[in-house]
Amino acid sequence: MPKPIIEVENLTKKFGDFTAVNGISFTVEKGCVFGFLGPNGAGKTTSIKMLTTLLKPTSGRVLLDGHDPAADQAGVRRTFGIVFQDPSLDDELTAWENMEFHGVLYKVPAALRKKRIEELLKVVELWDRRGDLVKQFSGGMKRRLEIARGLLHHPLILFLDEPTVGLDPQTRNHIWSYIKNLNRREGITVFFTTHYMEEAERVADQVTIIDHGRILARGTPAALKKKARAKSLEQAFIRLTGHSLRDEEASDIEHLRMARKMWRR
Amino acid sequence: MSTVYIMWLRQLKRYFRSKPRMIGSLGQPLIFLLAFGFGFGKIYSQSGRGDYLQFLAPGVISMAILFTSVFAGIEIIWDRQFGFLKETLVAPVPRLHIMIGRTLGGATVALFQGVIVFGLACLFGFRPELKALPLTLVFMFLIAVLFTAFGTALASQLNDMQSFPLIMNFLVMPLFFLSGAMFPLEGLPRGMALVTALNPLSYGVDGLRMSLGLASFYGWGLDLAVLSLSSAFLLVVGGYLFSKIQI
Repeated sequence: MPKPIIEVENLTKKFGDFTAVNGISFTVEKGCVFGFLGPNGAGKTTSIKMLTTLLKPTSGRVLLDGHDPAADQAGVRRTFGIVFQDPSLDDELTAWENMEFHGVLYKVPAALRKKRIEELLKVVELWDRRGDLVKQFSGGMKRRLEIARGLLHHPLILFLDEPTVGLDPQTRNHIWSYIKNLNRREGITVFFTTHYMEEAERVADQVTIIDHGRILARGTPAALKKKARAKSLEQAFIRLTGHSLRDEEASDIEHLRMARKMWRR
Repeated sequence: MSTVYIMWLRQLKRYFRSKPRMIGSLGQPLIFLLAFGFGFGKIYSQSGRGDYLQFLAPGVISMAILFTSVFAGIEIIWDRQFGFLKETLVAPVPRLHIMIGRTLGGATVALFQGVIVFGLACLFGFRPELKALPLTLVFMFLIAVLFTAFGTALASQLNDMQSFPLIMNFLVMPLFFLSGAMFPLEGLPRGMALVTALNPLSYGVDGLRMSLGLASFYGWGLDLAVLSLSSAFLLVVGGYLFSKIQI
């Protein structure tokens, strides 16, 4: 059996005495579409940040394609592309310039860069707007641009933190079919979080459900449904986490986290 | 190299697209030239030291560079707030290159701003010797690099704009006023002489004056050495601080 492309062992992150991620372990096989599901504040974004070198774990270990962020950050960074939950574009640059910036930063050769930028901007239907400043874009357009950007350097792994929030169903379908296609054609491993359970059920090969910083269940969507004796993944999710999505509580935890960050300084 | 280049290019594009910023940052040097150059000029010349505007102009040029540089450095806080910083941080490039690229970008912008103020000063009657113009530009650029690196390193440790007035009032203003930009360094009380000698901007202003045919206090060799060494030091420190950023 091939080595998993993502290996996580006992990963823990504490903010003061608040434990955001509590000793989680899992692996992701190469070429898999992996859904990381959980209510807001469950620890998904914190986990993704630790996987992508933005946050240092309190303890535990991460390996991305065999690279350990503790020893080889650049090696880890080369393996993935990421679409963050919040926008991370330069509003004062055009769509094309944002892509170009990324391509140069990731050392994509000029000819390939040009071709790939055109191809990707066409897929996300922003080719006609490539010369416009990003600040003139709608939320959905920005998101599409970020996804295109995350794919520009042919990453082995694509991290998507809530990639389709705020998008209309057409765009969502479009983006997922492109990602699935890429996953099949180029073997890119996709690690995503989402709130749309029907989406997760449709696209994910494997899902892991996390809540309060702990993993509650993992397996194929079918296996999870069976385990929870649920008709849909959404129902299984609610049965496993004991509640529906908790927007308000989550923002409380976010506030707590922010407050801690401030006091730590 | 490509990292440094693209970071530099980005700063330039942002700057030249923001006309209000370009024009806005000329206001302060203009007021200084007018209010002090012409306001204090008389007292200064009565004390037998010659034309104050000739003395003040290099100081005001330095001021324009200082402010633009520190602001350019601090821009990182916006990047953090608007999320773009994350894009840079997950990229597989050495943090030192990010630091150098950002600094050179901000410094180029500040240099440009300094050149505009130079031109304005000439309009008001500043008549320097231009024999050593390349050296003048070197000094202007070094001041710009030094304080962009300073602002960048500082801002890498800040999460929001709330500390901004603190930086302005307790760092940038003292750096400017205690640098000899406004007054000659000769014959200062001992405490004041020490403070100005510890302020790297003093060496920038001094070198700039020297290159424009005015008297130098520290000597241009020391000026160059202090500016380049402290710039290099801050670039390395900034690179290190960048590698410690967590979001």
